[in-house]
Amino acid sequence: MNTLDLQALGLRAVNSTLQDLEDGSNKTAWTVTNPMGQHAIACGLDKPMSVDILGHVGFYCGGMNKEADITVHGHAGVGLAENMMSGSVRVTGNASQSAGATGHGGLLVIEGDASSRCGISMKGIDIVVGGSVGHMSGFMAQLGHLVVCGDAGDALGDSIYEAKLYVAGSVDSLGADCIEKEMTPEHLATLTNLLQRSGMDADPKSFKRYGSARQLYHFDIDKADAY
Amino acid sequence: MCGIVGLYLKNEALYPELGRLFKPMLVEMTSRGPDSAGVALYRDPVAAGELKFSLAHDDPEHDWTTLANDLGKALNANANITQRDTHALLITNADEAAVGHWLAEKAPDVRLVGSGLSVEIYKETGLPEDVYSRFDLESAAGRHMIGHTRMATESAVTTAGSHPFATGADLCLVHNGSLSNHNRLREELIRQGVSFSSENDSEVAAAYLTWKLRNGVSLKQALEDALDDLDGFFTFCVGTSDGFAVVRDPIACKHAVLAETDDWVAMATEFRAIATLPGSDNAEIWEPKPATVYSWGSGDMNIDTPVAQVAGSAA
Repeated sequence: MNTLDLQALGLRAVNSTLQDLEDGSNKTAWTVTNPMGQHAIACGLDKPMSVDILGHVGFYCGGMNKEADITVHGHAGVGLAENMMSGSVRVTGNASQSAGATGHGGLLVIEGDASSRCGISMKGIDIVVGGSVGHMSGFMAQLGHLVVCGDAGDALGDSIYEAKLYVAGSVDSLGADCIEKEMTPEHLATLTNLLQRSGMDADPKSFKRYGSARQLYHFDIDKADAY
Repeated sequence: MCGIVGLYLKNEALYPELGRLFKPMLVEMTSRGPDSAGVALYRDPVAAGELKFSLAHDDPEHDWTTLANDLGKALNANANITQRDTHALLITNADEAAVGHWLAEKAPDVRLVGSGLSVEIYKETGLPEDVYSRFDLESAAGRHMIGHTRMATESAVTTAGSHPFATGADLCLVHNGSLSNHNRLREELIRQGVSFSSENDSEVAAAYLTWKLRNGVSLKQALEDALDDLDGFFTFCVGTSDGFAVVRDPIACKHAVLAETDDWVAMATEFRAIATLPGSDNAEIWEPKPATVYSWGSGDMNIDTPVAQVAGSAA
């Protein structure tokens, strides 16, 4: 185990150590201590490695992640795992707004609650939230899966494209062009797999699926009232 | 931009440490607001029948002693004054309105920054760390404190445009965000008899709350009404004699985070401002929901009932 003390080394030293790891390096297990809520911790990693951050992180933790498996043992600030490409990011506490924004791939697991705009403009990432998500989650979500084991706030899936949303609890309201859809055996299998991979002990049968009504993909003046 | 921070100590043993614990919180928010800073500190409640006024003057050499003597004679009252850099703390048994009128007439260059039984407001232009030192806040003891670091967007970098803004007896506001209907709302409030000392949008929010509270609504109701009447982005932290309240606009794009342990409750624009507090590693941390009023305070804290209109009647 290799340990990086962020308070002693500073953010740039921590990030460049992780980013500059050579291909085939056997230093694949890292621990970051004293994160002190600093921003952009473990951003831009692009090799297989595990990074355990012991404490609460600030904004944009794990941004642009590719192949690394990052675990935040605490709370995460705004823009967690923003634009993740692959690999995984897990948070044991809650996450602030815009978690998983624009993510192209990989698995984001938030064991607690996520705040507003979770999965905004997601493009292929899978997001599993153990608790609830705030308003405008899945806004303009294009591809991937957002699984919410708790409740969803207002305007879930507003202007959604082809992402699939699964919510076990209540939904305060659906956004424009987002509707409840049939849960087919195929969807149930995908959901079951995501719950298993993320270690969530929730009954897949308790979820409802939401997705796009496909009425607002392109601006249509005749549908102006619906926007 | 701007940063806001609030700290309420649940553990009495920490009261002597308030100023020391609060300093790194405010300083950590320097990158969000390097041009001015301010705090509202609640300590040393005055005796029955007395009131505490936070005053400020642009000239650090201003003759506060003469001012206090003149005020005491004119209003036939006791008036003790303590200077702290550009500010001064006046404690008097004179009537609150009479003090305000006397200052406006006889000392128009003195700004009345706030008043109440325990609140002290200090704010200045400059780096937060420097402002904190100027007013000797590190040694401050007390139960709670709120603060603001400012990056001006809507109006000039001046002391008058700095936060906190008083909103009534022992009440004050810090604001992160920007309001888009402040000009029209200011005109409306002026018609209602409210006066302003800057072009600042946050001052309008503070004046709005003052006006609401004067009309007998509770702090909670005033904040909920603000959600309807203020157009723009905001995270507000309102300090009261017993604690503080937090509310965000319905879109909630201005950051805010809350954290709580057995010893304290803290709010900040970013968690890194809270990270230096003892026990923050094990704090419960969450983001406040939009359009929802949160509050913490002592047993006396009640944001559901109308607050006293003037400090005197709260004594």
